[in-house]
Amino acid sequence: MNDFYLEFIVFFPLVAAVAILLGSPARFTALAAMGVNALATLMVALKFQVRGSGEQMFPFQFNSSHTMLDGIAGLPKISLAFGVDGISLILLILTAIVGLAAVWVSPSESAIRGQRDNSPKLYYTSLLFIVAGAIGAFLSTDLFFFFAFHELALIPTFLMIGIFGHGKDRVRNAWTITIYLGVGSLVLLAGLIGLYLSLGGATTSLVEMQALANGDGIAAGAQKWIFLLLLLGFGVLVSLFPLHTWAPAAYASAPTPVAMLHSGVLKKFGLYGLIRIALPMLPIGFADWQNLLLVLLLGNIIIIGLVTVAQKRLDLMLGYSSVMHMGFAFLGIASANIIGVSGAVMLMFAHGCSIALQFALCGQLRDRLPSLDFDRNGGLGKKIPALGLLFGFGAFASIGLPGFANFVSEIMVFFGSFKRYFDNPEEGIRFITIAGMIGLWGVVISAVYMLRAYRKMFMGSPSKLSGDTSGLTDLTWAERLPLLLLVIALMIIGFRPGIFLELLTPTLESMARLSGQL
Amino acid sequence: MTNAETLPWIILLLPLLSAAVILLFTRKSSSVSALISVGSVIATLVLAIGFRRLPEGAESAALPWIDLGETFRVAFGITIDSLSKGMLLVVTVIGTLVHIFSLGYMKDDAGKSRYFAGLSLFMFSMTGIVMANNFLMMFVFWELVGVSSYILIGHWFEKDSAADASKKAFITNRIGDFGFAIGILLVWCITKSLDFGEIQIFLTGPNAAGVNAGLLTAAALLVFMGTVGKSAQLPLHVWLPDAMEGPTPVSALIHAATMVAAGVYMLARVAFLIGASEFAAFTITWVGAITALVAALMATQQNDIKRILAYSTLSQLGYMVMAVGAGSPEAGMFHLYTHAFFKALLFLGAGAIIYSCHHEQDIWKMGGLRKKMPLTFLTFVIGTAALCAFPWITSGFWSKEAVLLAAWQYNAGVFYIAAFVAALTTFYMTRLVIVAFFGKPRTDAADHAKEVPAVMWAPLAILAVMSLLSAVPTISDAMSAQVPGHGEAHSTLAEHKGDHAVTEAALAETTSETAAEKPVAESETHAVAEADHAKHPSVVLYASLFTLVVGFIGAIFYYRGQSRDPIRIGVFANKFYVDELYALIVRFVQDLTASVLAGFDKYLIDGLFARLPSAGAYGIGNALRRLQGGNLQSYAFLFGLGIVIVLYIVLGR
Repeated sequence: MNDFYLEFIVFFPLVAAVAILLGSPARFTALAAMGVNALATLMVALKFQVRGSGEQMFPFQFNSSHTMLDGIAGLPKISLAFGVDGISLILLILTAIVGLAAVWVSPSESAIRGQRDNSPKLYYTSLLFIVAGAIGAFLSTDLFFFFAFHELALIPTFLMIGIFGHGKDRVRNAWTITIYLGVGSLVLLAGLIGLYLSLGGATTSLVEMQALANGDGIAAGAQKWIFLLLLLGFGVLVSLFPLHTWAPAAYASAPTPVAMLHSGVLKKFGLYGLIRIALPMLPIGFADWQNLLLVLLLGNIIIIGLVTVAQKRLDLMLGYSSVMHMGFAFLGIASANIIGVSGAVMLMFAHGCSIALQFALCGQLRDRLPSLDFDRNGGLGKKIPALGLLFGFGAFASIGLPGFANFVSEIMVFFGSFKRYFDNPEEGIRFITIAGMIGLWGVVISAVYMLRAYRKMFMGSPSKLSGDTSGLTDLTWAERLPLLLLVIALMIIGFRPGIFLELLTPTLESMARLSGQL
Repeated sequence: MTNAETLPWIILLLPLLSAAVILLFTRKSSSVSALISVGSVIATLVLAIGFRRLPEGAESAALPWIDLGETFRVAFGITIDSLSKGMLLVVTVIGTLVHIFSLGYMKDDAGKSRYFAGLSLFMFSMTGIVMANNFLMMFVFWELVGVSSYILIGHWFEKDSAADASKKAFITNRIGDFGFAIGILLVWCITKSLDFGEIQIFLTGPNAAGVNAGLLTAAALLVFMGTVGKSAQLPLHVWLPDAMEGPTPVSALIHAATMVAAGVYMLARVAFLIGASEFAAFTITWVGAITALVAALMATQQNDIKRILAYSTLSQLGYMVMAVGAGSPEAGMFHLYTHAFFKALLFLGAGAIIYSCHHEQDIWKMGGLRKKMPLTFLTFVIGTAALCAFPWITSGFWSKEAVLLAAWQYNAGVFYIAAFVAALTTFYMTRLVIVAFFGKPRTDAADHAKEVPAVMWAPLAILAVMSLLSAVPTISDAMSAQVPGHGEAHSTLAEHKGDHAVTEAALAETTSETAAEKPVAESETHAVAEADHAKHPSVVLYASLFTLVVGFIGAIFYYRGQSRDPIRIGVFANKFYVDELYALIVRFVQDLTASVLAGFDKYLIDGLFARLPSAGAYGIGNALRRLQGGNLQSYAFLFGLGIVIVLYIVLGR
């Protein structure tokens, strides 16, 4: 099945970006490109064979490979290779949905010009680059492009925060995230190179690297430090405690679609890398650092959870909540079994949609209100009921209410963390299971901050400090559609998680069979 | 397709459909919304009667939900047994009456569509709890009743107190659910299953011997934490009185009759789990007893009519929990059923009063309503009689006897507490009736009160009849609880009074049977001891008559002809200052920790990992800008270029 679907999905946004630069109407072109991409993604999903073809060693489908560098200047063979399996298909769907919603909620061209006389062309091409980079990273089956596509997405992210961002600190925050993620990327790069070299330096193909890792494996000592580098590098990108402080401020400054795309999609790259590369290729390294990971992810859930409670502004609160929820995803990965890792992948999707929804709503509120401070708002549910209702959906999705994908994901993560004890009751309750118990308290914490925020913004009487809200307008239907898209995605998977689990199980089973992990 | 396969699913999904239709299509036309919601609840009531006819243990279609192959599989399935049949009937009957009552009560409310959508969502969630055949499914609907309760408590969300109350209810319940979830996970690890039937087989089978007893106790108690939250037991009881901020029909349906009883229902459903751990049973019994006592004490000093009823509900829920813990889930469920009717009646009666008195809820600002609202008065008195366990003719008498009996068999201390609570119950309810209905109207609002329209008094009348009728054998039999895993061939308490010979002999017979059906896990000596106790059941009857008289006379003595409360007990009136204590904990433990951590995060972590390096980089950036006239774009370009160069150097070796 060597169709060109995947190349198309990766490069079509870039083609659209070029078209915009050449004078095609920016918003229309970008929106159309995202619509086409969503359709192509749907095609891939429909043509995707749930059970792979026979006893395939790696369940990548739609494989394609174009050699880019072959022995030139002593460099290894690097191929632009794409493939999709259950995990990357889910992330591809996530990108298609959030990408479409993010471009949709972006301001009109005149509004962009109105803001400090900025260029709509730059705005929309940057968004398209972010989307293309994210898709490329998820679909690449070559280590080099896996990394490079992610960098391709990061650069316009930085640009957009600095140029189109909110608040007087936007440039400073753009720098912070640039440096922070840049350093993280370098640590990651060092780890990836270490991995590459310790596998003999012969191939950058993920499939071949995995086969080598399964064969002789990597020496325990090497696994130890490579895994640490990968954990820290990916960790920075996913805002693993305590490497998270770039996130809330950057999201608060970021233009709405960038906050949606980065927190919803791009950030998942780190988790994806851990699942795709670190966990299956470095089982010994994982075992070495599992306890560290557990301690840090509890930092995400409990410490950052409480920090979120202390926030007094909606955008910062959402930024911190997004950091906090990554702890649950890490927990699923740290349990290193099929239930937990499936839960983590499901959570990437669920969190991606729900945080994108919440940042989109936050953007709508920012456009309407003089302030996002909790103390300066209140009672908005009466004035803008549709926005209030959708915010309620976002809040309850994020809290993990059954019916939304978030619930089933979190449940699976927790069952994953208890699986060790389930399988081996004789060895007693291990740290992973205790971490699951402690992590469950995070479910209480997230209810505290989310309902507090909802209470302060939308319920009760308006604050005395709130400005004039008489002219508030509710969401128009055009504004509601992208938000509804996200809500519907969350609910479909919440009601029928089987749609995704069916995709995940064969992939994870094959990973488990091959690597002895999971 | 048999009935058993599809009927439960229709019952379950109909209210969800109703909620969805209202949300999506009829939000603007509130009367249509109300009709849809009422129509759906009446339909489910009719179908619930059909559900009763399904054969016990019939297989219904299972709906796969999470399926990871052999590793992990969860499906939604339906339990069809007498427990779910009885509970479903209670939920749909009261649900229907409350829906109809709401047509009047919420007639002119601006958020009528939202209200009825919330009610339908609640009916869906509650039905799911009743029908669940496994722990995870129950947990799903457990959470969903939580959110429907949130929506309905916060119906008048512009009111600060309602907004706070809904938030408090949800969060307090989440704390309970925290334990509940860990309990479920532990049970899963111990028994390798989430299915109630399979767990029961495991725990009553030969494998149970190999289970770590401490772990099993922990699991049972953690599961019980779910009940503590949902059924508002001490120390998580604080949300229920505040939940009275919701519209009164909601209080009747959710916060008196059904949702808060879900905790008891769940305990009865997993009675085998409690039976497997004596310490867990002990704890549960005492938590129930203490809740019953403390809540009754607080009820004696409340002035808000709904709050009196709310504390009364807490207290009665304590009774039920106590009975389940004491090894008699039948008694707990029996009391749940009867209580559901008469407490719904009392709440709706209170709603009628509040409606007529222009939203006045302070009983000291009422008075003389007996003449103004005779139908409401009559039905309210019937409800009160049932709650006070007026002998022989009220349903409450029979169920409370069963509860007291269970307490008597368990432990004398528990029994005396339960009996004292019975006296307190009569005392505070008599106080309420005297102050609100007798004497002269003390305010204009009370003076101008009028009887409510038929759409509101008709449900009251029906509930009143049911509060009395359920003392009739066939009805009480229909309401009787057979608790699975607790003696399958068990003929219920209610049946035993079938001959209406309310003699000691009858009670003794019941008792000996109950004692004979102790869970397998319980030691024989225990059973013998109980059989010994059972020889003196007359104590139960005398105690219940005595406490009724004492409470009644006490209340008459203190409150007849009073226009203000002659008794002032600050500790009770202020609810033992528990709310204040929790507020302090929230402020000084949670929020202070949160602020400290936020500061720590902002200054220390951020400084260490971000500000310091970025300040340096910003300086370099500035320098670059001066050197090259560059800006962020050019930096980003350099950044990308740099990575390519580094890659090239490293990879190229």
